[in-house]
Amino acid sequence: MRLQKFTPQRIWILIGYAAAAAALFSAPLFVSDFRLNLLAKFLAFAIVALGLDLIWGFTGILSLGHGIFFGLGAYAMAMYLKLEASGGRPPDFMGWSGLKELPLFWQPFQNFWFAVAMGIAIPALLALVLGYFTFRNRIRGVYFTILTQALVIITTTLLIGQQAFTGGTNGITGYQTVLGYSIGSPDTKRVLYYITVAALIGIFVFCRFVIGSRFGKVLRAIRDGENRVRFIGYNPAVYQMVVFTISAAIAGIAGMLFVLHVGIISPSMLGIVPSIEMVLWVAIGGRGTLIGAALGAILMNWAKSEFSTAYPEGWLFFMGLLFVVVVVFMPKGVAGLVSQLKFRKKRREQKHEGVRNPAV
Amino acid sequence: MKESAILLCDDVTVDFDGFKAVQGMNLKLEKGELRFLIGPNGAGKTTMLDVICGKVRPTSGRVTFGGTVDITKKKEHQIAELGIGRKFQAPSIFPSMTVAENLEIAMRQKRTVFATLFAKLAEEDRAKIDGQLTMIGLENKAGWRAGGLSHGEKQWLEIGMMLLQEPEILLLDEPVAGMTDKETDKTGELLHQIARMRSIVVVEHDMEFVRNFASKVTVMHEGRLLKEGTMDEVQRDDRVAEVYLGKRRDADVSRSTA
Repeated sequence: MRLQKFTPQRIWILIGYAAAAAALFSAPLFVSDFRLNLLAKFLAFAIVALGLDLIWGFTGILSLGHGIFFGLGAYAMAMYLKLEASGGRPPDFMGWSGLKELPLFWQPFQNFWFAVAMGIAIPALLALVLGYFTFRNRIRGVYFTILTQALVIITTTLLIGQQAFTGGTNGITGYQTVLGYSIGSPDTKRVLYYITVAALIGIFVFCRFVIGSRFGKVLRAIRDGENRVRFIGYNPAVYQMVVFTISAAIAGIAGMLFVLHVGIISPSMLGIVPSIEMVLWVAIGGRGTLIGAALGAILMNWAKSEFSTAYPEGWLFFMGLLFVVVVVFMPKGVAGLVSQLKFRKKRREQKHEGVRNPAV
Repeated sequence: MKESAILLCDDVTVDFDGFKAVQGMNLKLEKGELRFLIGPNGAGKTTMLDVICGKVRPTSGRVTFGGTVDITKKKEHQIAELGIGRKFQAPSIFPSMTVAENLEIAMRQKRTVFATLFAKLAEEDRAKIDGQLTMIGLENKAGWRAGGLSHGEKQWLEIGMMLLQEPEILLLDEPVAGMTDKETDKTGELLHQIARMRSIVVVEHDMEFVRNFASKVTVMHEGRLLKEGTMDEVQRDDRVAEVYLGKRRDADVSRSTA
């Protein structure tokens, strides 16, 4: 068990990761532009799933509000894109609502890097504030989850209600360029795809570092027994706040990438249903394993897009069937399947041992 | 006199919505002392430990640690950091983590987010954990999921985690409950070893187990201090016999239990 030796198993895992990274980077060579754009969108979702897995899979906090963090990142990027399209003048939807001047808080979003910084900082800050008031007061479990749902409702209502500032139900769309490059051109799309792959890998590695560290062990300890952690001398509230904030920041990054690929963000893309869907990706892929969460997001969205094009009438039934099958037969998700098989093998080996040493 | 006391509970009362679990309890623990806290069910022994480790706030009274620090105003994790470790009645370890990981996070260290993010398992830390594993007899199970251990092993693991915290005072709630005789003996040995280095308060029901230690015993009854002394003195005491055996003697009724 002494750590980090290059056991054959570790080498295989590393080879697996390298192969996956190579496949992702070479995908543009094999896939049509349309499919590549889809894949890029799925990879953005995979990034959210990673962040969600950090708090749900590893810390045991279920957030049904990650659509909001994702959405805030997306809106920050959308504001930049919209301003670049309108050349710094008030965007079209503001005019429809009778707003003649660009609101003050929109102005700095003309700067790309400011928008990027805000796309990370705003979700992170919101999570920190929410986390401060909930975790410090030991609100947890279902109660915390319900609060995150309330956050979703409040935010979407706000976005829809403040049409002049947010584009209302329609959201923000109609972009032309990003940093001067045409956002619709295949070349830009390819570059954006590479950026997304790089972000996914970077965040994956970062998450690996987080859970591999002693900090990550404390998170798992909080999942197992929050009170016990307290009596060892850790303050779980601080840990929960930090990991919730990290998770929200990651969702914000994913949201920014999403807008760049999809070209629109609207309240319906960050509401209750998408927020729950995000949790489902993690559940299906396997909570508590990073690779499972990422794979879950990609697989589920791929299945959704395949089913809905092949069976426009009945695709929802197929999705439902998929959920049922996974929940019934793979309680630990797709990634859990692997360890289930491994466990079965180990059990068989243990049986042999048991025969050799009946006393054990 | 007060200077040598590491823990001083002064007139502690705990009121759970009208039910007084502890009433005006006094307890003084010397440095390096091993103290047994016994009493019938509902006597308030566990509540007393809860007060000391911060799980329950006393309605009135003071608990002073190390002569100066009033711990009734501190949070659980702060009290733990001060040097008071608690082992609960039901083994509470982290089941999904390995035995070694359980010990690693319990180990005395800086417990801030930043420190744990970049903490490395140094050679000496590893040696400490290995030493602890040997002491609690789990050296061959370091890589096991802690949830897969037997009941007795979980208890030892928890004791081991507490020792690695290097607290000044250990609070043990029925450490031998549910153990086989063999496991109980082993736990007794472990306690003897620990008692040489630290102050311990043990809540225990098993009289045979308590008799193995020549140390002071505090008897609680209905939230009050009933008797304090050696095991022999305690056993000869009429009131103690009464609360344990249910015998009523006229003489006792008038006697106060202060």
